[in-house]
Amino acid sequence: MRYLYLSILSLLYCSSVISAEVSEFTLDNGLRLIVKEDHRAPVVVSQVWYKVGASYEKEGKTGLSHMLEHMMFKGTQKYSPGEFSRIMAENGARENAFTGSDYTAYFQTIEKSRLHLSFELEADRMRHLVLVEAEFLKERQVVTEERRRRTEDKPINQLYEHFIATAYQTSPYHHPIIGWMSDIQNYTLSDLQSWYQRWYAPNNAIVVVVGDVDASEVFALAKKHFGPLKPNILTLPVHRPEVTQLGIKHITVNLPAKVPYLIMGYKTPVLKQLSQENHYEAYALEVLAYILDGGDSARLSKNLIRGQQIASSLSTSYDPFSPFTELFTFSGIPTNTHTVVDLENALRAQIQNLQTTLVDIAELERVKTQLRASQIYELDSLFYQGMKIGMLETVGLDWHLFETYLDNIKAITPEQVQIVARKYLIDKNLTIGILKPGTQK
Amino acid sequence: MKILSFIILVFSSPIFAIPTIQHWQTDNGAAVYFVPAPDLPMVNIEVVFDAGSARDGEKSGLATLTNALLSEGAGGKSADDIAEHFDNLGAEIGNSVDSDMATLTLRCLTESQLLKPALNMLALLLLKPDFDAKSFKRVQQQMLVKLQYQQQSPSAISKQAFYQAIYGTHPYAQLPEGNAESVAALKRQEVKDFYTRYYVANNAVITIVGALKRVDAEKIAQQLVKQLPSGTSAPDLPPVVALTQAKKIHIDHPSTQNHILIGQAGIARGDPDHFTLYVGNYILGGSGLVSQLAEEVRENRGLAYSIYSYFSPRRVSGPFIAGLETRNDQTNEAVHVVQDIMQKFIATQLSEDTLKKAKQGITGMFPLRIKSNKNIIGYLSVIGFYRLPLDYLQTFNDHVEAVTVEMIQDAFQRTLQLDKLVIVTVGGS
Repeated sequence: MRYLYLSILSLLYCSSVISAEVSEFTLDNGLRLIVKEDHRAPVVVSQVWYKVGASYEKEGKTGLSHMLEHMMFKGTQKYSPGEFSRIMAENGARENAFTGSDYTAYFQTIEKSRLHLSFELEADRMRHLVLVEAEFLKERQVVTEERRRRTEDKPINQLYEHFIATAYQTSPYHHPIIGWMSDIQNYTLSDLQSWYQRWYAPNNAIVVVVGDVDASEVFALAKKHFGPLKPNILTLPVHRPEVTQLGIKHITVNLPAKVPYLIMGYKTPVLKQLSQENHYEAYALEVLAYILDGGDSARLSKNLIRGQQIASSLSTSYDPFSPFTELFTFSGIPTNTHTVVDLENALRAQIQNLQTTLVDIAELERVKTQLRASQIYELDSLFYQGMKIGMLETVGLDWHLFETYLDNIKAITPEQVQIVARKYLIDKNLTIGILKPGTQK
Repeated sequence: MKILSFIILVFSSPIFAIPTIQHWQTDNGAAVYFVPAPDLPMVNIEVVFDAGSARDGEKSGLATLTNALLSEGAGGKSADDIAEHFDNLGAEIGNSVDSDMATLTLRCLTESQLLKPALNMLALLLLKPDFDAKSFKRVQQQMLVKLQYQQQSPSAISKQAFYQAIYGTHPYAQLPEGNAESVAALKRQEVKDFYTRYYVANNAVITIVGALKRVDAEKIAQQLVKQLPSGTSAPDLPPVVALTQAKKIHIDHPSTQNHILIGQAGIARGDPDHFTLYVGNYILGGSGLVSQLAEEVRENRGLAYSIYSYFSPRRVSGPFIAGLETRNDQTNEAVHVVQDIMQKFIATQLSEDTLKKAKQGITGMFPLRIKSNKNIIGYLSVIGFYRLPLDYLQTFNDHVEAVTVEMIQDAFQRTLQLDKLVIVTVGGS
């Protein structure tokens, strides 16, 4: 499945009942607050985003941000381990947290009059976490179980991990978000302590609130709970850039799997790295992804799943809003009568077609209509509306980008799609990963 | 009773508008459930047939294949035409099958130049599926590859073994995806016959949530099924026979963890114990990190990342399942811990304080259940399909508040026979 990065509704397309009012505040200590009012139900989503994730980590300490995410539920000076979750449960909140390459985020969905609980407890653990050895040792076991469940015992995920580590040689994206198993087993409590002290501060956090609230009241509430927290002096890591790839890379993973799997990834630029006059490239790549994989009528489904019946499933992925060089990937499972080589050749033919023949205006129109509809559909999810804001802001992009997203997509021409296909979807940028089912032990 | 009224007074959630469900029937007998949602210019529609995998008979996978083929060719329109039609309208079509329900879903903007053609096509898929030989073969092959793929997943393998063990010869024993032999043996004519028998108005429920007036919703429901024959509703499913003894099943798999499923058949939708068991299970294993199972297995012992239990009520007794994954060498310990906790849970009455906090959590969460159109249509389809009372949402918290510690113990003791549990482990031994 592609992850859809879509824009917040622009007024042009909405009926008068919808308002997408977004308010922004910055506290004196540097904490940013972004509030989007949505009054459909008496519910609010509160998300605290920290600008730290796997791409900030050093060799030997991979996965530390994720480990810390787990420890954030293990008590503060004021609350005992697990009490955060107990208080949330007793108040009917759904809560969890997630770690990405470029962020760590904590969230609660809660009946609106209880937002203060969320703010109070999040503010408390932003600066007053108490890390205890005994809790850490137990939770590390939990994280190793998580890694076994997510990666070790899932052949496709194992391939993906090896594929990513092959494609990205020097980039911070080389390492898995959850960390290598040996790193997880080697962290010390002081590693966590210093990681927490370094990154968990109001001036490294963005609070996103979406729901049935009044923005100015939320601001007052944020001032009350987050306002007293002291900021940090932040020293950002120097992100090592990816070395220029000099040729095609191949990796084969042999595992006791039952079906083969292919993943192809081309290094592509992202909006943040492109100069103003080349911004279109990121949007053209986004359009290209939709031409290939935006729905059942898109080319990969139509030509390779239904037409030639080479693949039983296929998907593409590209994120124009990633902070660093991004992989444009194609992945899938061949049908029983075809091999991964057949599938690779068929995907290459699809790419070649994009390089030699201009895409149809009708295909572009289809993408635009789909994205316009998606912008409305996604307003049905408070959580997703918050996600979009948080994901952009944590990588230093302005959430307003979503307001211009659709216009930028609409401006893309068939020629521009061809240009990016010719410029980036080439062997020099390519890494191919293959999962080869082995015999069972 | 004093304690009870105190709880209601202090902890019930604030008053707000709970959607009122409107209900009627189409001329030819399909039941319709509608909730207007004027805020967003979009509509969600689900057409649900009593045509889930429980209707497969000996032909496991038939319900899934039939449902999947609806959008792969209809009224002479090819799969390509259909996909293009919906994509060009920005409309999203979906299909799904579980043991009871076979569903076709549509999400579309309410602008009439988009919604009208989307509905026309949806009606065509329901009424005139072609089940052409080429699509049949392709989708059958896709199902077979998926089944092959599942054989590399200890999670999927454990699920299949678990359902077979608790349901034996009952139709619920086979999962919707079927198995390699049964799917490979499916015939096109069987799909056609299955469709003809079950995709009829009297066997259909239509649910609609969106920015529509009642009169428009009526027209839509009528349009979708008006040409379907009335037919007859699906027959009653056989009752589930309780297990006579405990079963332990281990399947070797080259994984670093064992996937563990523990349980037996539970309750049907609409069971009078439903809310009692729901509240009890919330405490046992249904409340994330704070459940009794999670506290012991994950928080105290670090044995697992994911640990849970739930009742899945269905047309007839759906399963009760407790599950977790743990490193191979910890499997026995984990199984014992889970069994111990279940044993204690059933043998010992809960404290009033524990129940109070659980009720607070469940009732406090109520607004979250209906916060989106997607959430609401989920409830609507369950309410409609299982003929639950139309005030199910309005009375939800009252039912929760009425549960007592005595009721929980009594219902668990009657529902679960801990000496006859099925325990499935899949992984390294």
